[in-house]
Amino acid sequence: MLSHGFMRDAFLAGTGIALASGVVGFFLVLRSQVFTGDALSHVAFTGALAALAAGIDLRIGLFVATVGVGLLLGVLGPKGRADDVVIGSVFAWVLGLGVLFLGIYTTSRSTGGGNAGVSVLFGSIFGLDTTSALTALGLGAFLALVVVMAARPLVFATVDPAVASARGVPVRLLGIGFLAVVGATAGEATQAVGALLLLGLLTAPAATALHLTDRPLVALGASAGIALVEVWVGLTVGYVAGSIPPSVAIVTLAAAIYAAVALATRRAGSVSRSPRPNPGTTLRQSRS
Amino acid sequence: MVTAVPALAGLPGVTGLSANPFTDLSNMLAYPFMVNAFRAGAAVAVVTGVVGWFMVLRRQSFAGHTIAVVGFPGAAGAAVLGVAVADGYVAFCLIAALAIAAVPPSTRRAFSEESAVTGTVQAVLLGLGYLFVTLYHGFVSSVDALLFGSMLGITSGQVVELAVVAVIGVVAIAALWRPLLLSSVVPDLAAARGVPVRLLATAFLVLLGLAAAAASQITGSLLVFALLVMPAATAQRLTARPLAGVVLSVAIGLGVTWAGLAIAYWSPYPIGFWITTLAFAAYVVAHVAVLATDRRAHRARVRTGPTAAVIP
Repeated sequence: MLSHGFMRDAFLAGTGIALASGVVGFFLVLRSQVFTGDALSHVAFTGALAALAAGIDLRIGLFVATVGVGLLLGVLGPKGRADDVVIGSVFAWVLGLGVLFLGIYTTSRSTGGGNAGVSVLFGSIFGLDTTSALTALGLGAFLALVVVMAARPLVFATVDPAVASARGVPVRLLGIGFLAVVGATAGEATQAVGALLLLGLLTAPAATALHLTDRPLVALGASAGIALVEVWVGLTVGYVAGSIPPSVAIVTLAAAIYAAVALATRRAGSVSRSPRPNPGTTLRQSRS
Repeated sequence: MVTAVPALAGLPGVTGLSANPFTDLSNMLAYPFMVNAFRAGAAVAVVTGVVGWFMVLRRQSFAGHTIAVVGFPGAAGAAVLGVAVADGYVAFCLIAALAIAAVPPSTRRAFSEESAVTGTVQAVLLGLGYLFVTLYHGFVSSVDALLFGSMLGITSGQVVELAVVAVIGVVAIAALWRPLLLSSVVPDLAAARGVPVRLLATAFLVLLGLAAAAASQITGSLLVFALLVMPAATAQRLTARPLAGVVLSVAIGLGVTWAGLAIAYWSPYPIGFWITTLAFAAYVVAHVAVLATDRRAHRARVRTGPTAAVIP
């Protein structure tokens, strides 16, 4: 399988994308900002099609739009996070703009433009060339590294923002910076699983990891590991079963593992999930 | 006449705006499909305006968005199976509504399980939709129509169906009005009063699914959410009174839908773009207007001094 150039490229890009999605998704779920991730994934669609309609590199539009809107949503909100009605109204309109760009693109370029919308929405990881794959790998590793380096203050600011800010953690700045990273990750993951499916890669591995362990830094690592395995297996399934697109295989696998783990821990929950003597080290505390 | 429809823009008889708006209007309404589009748009605006107002009140935008977009795999699956697209929308929107309602409200977990499940359900069902599309090759050309809507080809039968859905939605909300309002605003108090909060939440999500399925047929799956959230958010910005808010939400939805249809008829750009842009413009204008009035009131208060402010 790996003798094919396109499969090697897909695995390289997939590795970077999985690392970034697993790490960023962990905080997205922990901070209950999944809806923001959803919004940014739709912004990715508009950004990509705006770039196509303007005739420039798709990735420029992708990243400018997602990082820009991520920053905007962070700045609009009082604590570096925006209200969900504001998010919803903004991205519903951005999506409408995406439709406009899709219309302009498909009518202005009569040849070869027909499936552009579909591939942006649902991903085309087997179509990446080696340069884009290496870029995706490098960027994914970089994004994951940035979040891991900021992991401790970010966990603190997430679990108890009031105490964190009293201790001198820049909670608001972290929130805004985090949304910019989420935007970049959405742009990154759009190339592999598409704007509409990347939400599964952001949420499912992270929620699975949070079911398996209460310790935040362990869960962070587990989330990245689970995402990595799911992407690799999904790519293999996509290669072996030609009629199943790899993005669909990845997302379905991620959801199946999440469902299995959630059911298993719920069943075990009545026995083993007794209150711990030292709740300070876990995520089990209820947040206000 | 019908063959001219897909290429609306660029046909002299269709695109030419004359100096007389009444001629233009009668020109546009001479097409039965436009009349049907206006009727269907009205039904959709009513049901999304009413249900969307409660969605915004209950802070369930994410659930609403997910329920709306999964209509796409439903429609794609219906095309593969050869059944009516509308049935696919209804089936999948209701499945998603029930799946989200089935997640037990967790108090012990530090993360929001509901939002994680919602996001995962959304991605998987959309993936399923893409699988259907790839399995059914001849269908790819109409993916854009399923996702982004089309005002063309709405039959009179569909208009009747949409009107029935709108009536069901409005009657159900009216019947549940008081308990739903109470359990949306203060769930704890509602539960203490004996209101079945969980059951109401499920019933509401089912209504949301029904409204989304209906609206999908003209706006497409990806843009239903715009009609659910924006008129309602605008109305809640303008008034806090429930009944006035719901009426305003319906009025705004109706206004942007009809105006969007009319503009899209004469412009080369798609209907979805016009409806979302008009709705967003209304939202922004409402925001700015309310901010400006607040500031003026504040300034007046400062000028007249603190004692004058407490006298109503």
